[in-house]
Amino acid sequence: MERKTKISAEEGKQDLLITREFELPVNLLFKAHVDADILEQWMSHEYGTAKVLKLESRKHGGWEYQTTDAQGNVVFSANGVFHEYVPNRKITRTFEMQNSPFDVQLEFLEFEHLTDDTSRLTMHTIYRTQELRDQMLKLPFEYGINMAHNRLQDVVSKLSNITYHDKAK
Amino acid sequence: MDLRRDVFQAIADPTRRAIITLVALQAMTPSAIAENFNSSRQTISKHIQILTECELLEQEQNGREIYYHFNPKKMKEIADFIEPFRNMWDDRFNKLEAIMKKYKSR
Repeated sequence: MERKTKISAEEGKQDLLITREFELPVNLLFKAHVDADILEQWMSHEYGTAKVLKLESRKHGGWEYQTTDAQGNVVFSANGVFHEYVPNRKITRTFEMQNSPFDVQLEFLEFEHLTDDTSRLTMHTIYRTQELRDQMLKLPFEYGINMAHNRLQDVVSKLSNITYHDKAK
Repeated sequence: MDLRRDVFQAIADPTRRAIITLVALQAMTPSAIAENFNSSRQTISKHIQILTECELLEQEQNGREIYYHFNPKKMKEIADFIEPFRNMWDDRFNKLEAIMKKYKSR
């Protein structure tokens, strides 16, 4: 399947551009970013449930959300403040991951009307340093490797248990 | 602190990128590589060492000479590293789109 999302990260720079076209009118694309119930739905995934703790959708309003795993442990939490809030057009906000070594980042979200049924989102993120940006980019890559590694360990430990029981017989 | 060589750090340097480009065309000895640069042989050999440590270059002994080869597998790893990040966002956005399409028809 073709990936519709484009990522542009120029070498040596400390920013990142994510663009994506949607088969949605711009007002619905915008609503998905500012309605707590809807946000929780699309930010949740098989490893965690997203919960919006605070979402003051206005200039100078704050936001905060977290993701919990199946056991209820908080695995991810982030917060920030809205600096610009123009319905169906633009959101400028800060983004900070709690309990992480990463500095606050600045995000510009632009919502564009293409046709009555299509729209485009452009997310421009600015990091404090180039190194920080590259680390952020690598997080899902490293996470993927860790997950694969854990799965492998699971399989191996099950195998060695079987061997152990066989020997015990 | 982990001081292992990082491939991304390795390709961040313009001289090292130039070395990769040269060696990708043909295997070369360290002195043949150094002839292409104004920097001292010591500097170039330090760059070669870094590229070898992170497996972008591979050594091969040929008689008395050491030749450096380019390792395309490692380069592909770098090109692919951004993919998981892109896939993460793409999955999220696909979900957003599906949810809002349902919302729209309600």
